Amino acid sequence: MKKTLAIILALAMIFTFVACGDANSKGEEPTIDAKSEGVMTYEEFVAAELDSEVVVETYVQAHQSWWEDQITCYTQDQDGAYFLYNMACSEADAEKLVPGTKIKVTGYKSEWAGEVEIIDATFEFEEGSYIAPAFDVTDLLGTDELINHQNKFVTFTGLTVESEALYKWDGSGQDGDDLYFTVSKDGESYQFTVESYLCGAGTDAYEGVKALKVGDTVDLEGFLYWYEGVNPHITGVTVK
Amino acid sequence: MKKILALLLAASMLFSLTACHGQRGLNAFEMPEEFDESKEYNITFWSKNDTNKTQVEIYNKAISDFEKLYPNIHVNMRIYTDYTLIYNDVITNISTNTTPNVCISYPDHIATYLTGVNIVAPLEELMDNADYGLGGNKVKFDSPAKSQMILKFLEEGEINGSYYALPFMRSTEALYINKTYVERLGYSVPDKVTWDWIWEVADAAMAKNEDGTFKLNGKNVMIPFIYKSTDNMMIQMLKQKGADYSTPEGEIKIFNDDTKDILYTVRDHAEKESFSTFKISSYPANFLNAGECIFAIDSTAGSTWMGTEAPLSDICSDDIADPFETVVRVIPQFDVENPAMISQGPSICIFNKNDSGEVLASWLFAQFLLTNDVQIAYAKTEGYVPVTSKAQETEAYLQYLADSGIDNNEHYSIKIDATKLLLENTDNTFVTPVFNGSASLRNAAGQMIENVTKSVRRKQTVDEAYMDKLYSDINSLYRLDQADTSNTDKDSLGPLPAESKALLTGLIVVWIFIILYFCVKNRKK
Repeated sequence: MKKTLAIILALAMIFTFVACGDANSKGEEPTIDAKSEGVMTYEEFVAAELDSEVVVETYVQAHQSWWEDQITCYTQDQDGAYFLYNMACSEADAEKLVPGTKIKVTGYKSEWAGEVEIIDATFEFEEGSYIAPAFDVTDLLGTDELINHQNKFVTFTGLTVESEALYKWDGSGQDGDDLYFTVSKDGESYQFTVESYLCGAGTDAYEGVKALKVGDTVDLEGFLYWYEGVNPHITGVTVK
Repeated sequence: MKKILALLLAASMLFSLTACHGQRGLNAFEMPEEFDESKEYNITFWSKNDTNKTQVEIYNKAISDFEKLYPNIHVNMRIYTDYTLIYNDVITNISTNTTPNVCISYPDHIATYLTGVNIVAPLEELMDNADYGLGGNKVKFDSPAKSQMILKFLEEGEINGSYYALPFMRSTEALYINKTYVERLGYSVPDKVTWDWIWEVADAAMAKNEDGTFKLNGKNVMIPFIYKSTDNMMIQMLKQKGADYSTPEGEIKIFNDDTKDILYTVRDHAEKESFSTFKISSYPANFLNAGECIFAIDSTAGSTWMGTEAPLSDICSDDIADPFETVVRVIPQFDVENPAMISQGPSICIFNKNDSGEVLASWLFAQFLLTNDVQIAYAKTEGYVPVTSKAQETEAYLQYLADSGIDNNEHYSIKIDATKLLLENTDNTFVTPVFNGSASLRNAAGQMIENVTKSVRRKQTVDEAYMDKLYSDINSLYRLDQADTSNTDKDSLGPLPAESKALLTGLIVVWIFIILYFCVKNRKK
């Protein structure tokens, strides 16, 4: 009996330790997995027709600057990501949209220049928290499968910098504007962006990308945004 | 002596008090006799470019050339690619008295700046000054005379009876057509396009193969007609119909039956999926160049993006369609014999400052932007036209137009066709009335088209009840029911209320008694 009890206690402790894993570095399991009634799963969202009303429960991973009662959010659940474009939001609520925050979103599925998003949305706060782990898509670059991970928080490892950062796509901007730079993998080039409303001047990502030199080998992380092709919004850079 | 001093002091206090009414801004600008070249002036210039590096280089060269002529004026440029961002920043800076000296703006936006007292410098005195005005004797560069400004463009800067905006560049909208597709559908492109024709061809392009692809291009995507600026679409359609939009004084008249008719037309073609907008689908040029659109309406200042040979493109070369013939036409009309199209493009606004010399320095720089070198160089970057006849008539500019098509960069034929379209139709352009709130009305005009198009795509019913609600919602959202119809900063204060008059009269009486008291006291001494 004592042996059985000891095994049970040991197992219980093991499960307890597992549950204490570092949520920030490895991803945090959502405290509420099941979708509420009337809420779509990610699979159902993908299947939904464009311009149809969608209702999703999702977790804020990051957001762009709040402006005139609107906010653009990068959100994700354990199955997929949702880009919420110009969602109605008060300034007070915007301050509560910290990474991990669970929200229920009602809006319309839309596509703009290849980016699938939810527009004209409203939201309400819900209980729960989840930080998505970065998903490595390096090997998916240039493949048809990449788009299946659209809007997710992702990493790219070992890319080569092909062009230094420009302010605006053609260099017509100035410090503080979006940064555009080109990286390559296996001879194919890709344009990445530091969206200034997400990571503006002074942030590690913005200043790090500004300092990149042609030929640098870099690891990058960010959100898998789309504009007429893959155009990630970079939030972190490491020069190897 | 003391008595006189006391009287003077009292009188000056009295005048100070009475001068307080309405004093929310700076003192009115007064033209200096001379420009002080021994004094250093740092002026800020908030510029706007179309995300176009060449335009930025032209601004930089203009600044450098200007500073060589006026070494005591230093121009610091801040670059924007969006008029709205400039507008927002100006509004923010008005309250802290930190407006730029010169900025690129729309007259609609300047009308809002004018709600502050003397925030914006009026331009008549500056333009007409014999020494420093347009073509002035003491101006150190070859400035255009006032008579060399294109009058139509100059008049667009008149707000409340005064000039507050100086035209910098002008553009209009153009219809960019995939002629190859039109002919494949069995039509030919007319010289003058009507709304009926464009809707008919657009609907015809929706025919599909059995596999769901479009017969016209064999692809899964085809949006025959995409409009970039739905604000302009509504405004121009109303103008062409002779329908109400607003009065010059700012009375909102857009919620009328003509507007409803236009929205029902939009509904009908959105239902057929033959029409969409930039906000809903993306840039018309991207779809046009991919062979997924036949009619793209965009600014003439967007012409370098149009066509399979366009020098600029947002889509990768693999996605560009097999070469097709692109042609440019005036936007569709209800009455082709009386065409009407919007006049748009950047204007220059000069902000008033406490130091009138600083304002004069700003004016000299603004005027420098009207010189031939700047005008012609900037106009060449896109389908813009210079705003002076002096530039339009130069040999260099005429040669530039004549060289259309000799290359696909500076002389890209679509760009020059778009430019010529405006040059030939300058007298057919118009602008909408400018007043505090006109920028909101413009946004509202486009939003109604966006809402109807989105609602149709969302399978919502667009009927009379929908229209009533739309009018009500838009009226409320854009606060059009609160628009300021007074239209001048003088008038905006209105006559003094009776209470204020009584208070001021009381103060005057009190001060008279104080003065009398001092007088009597001094006499007794």
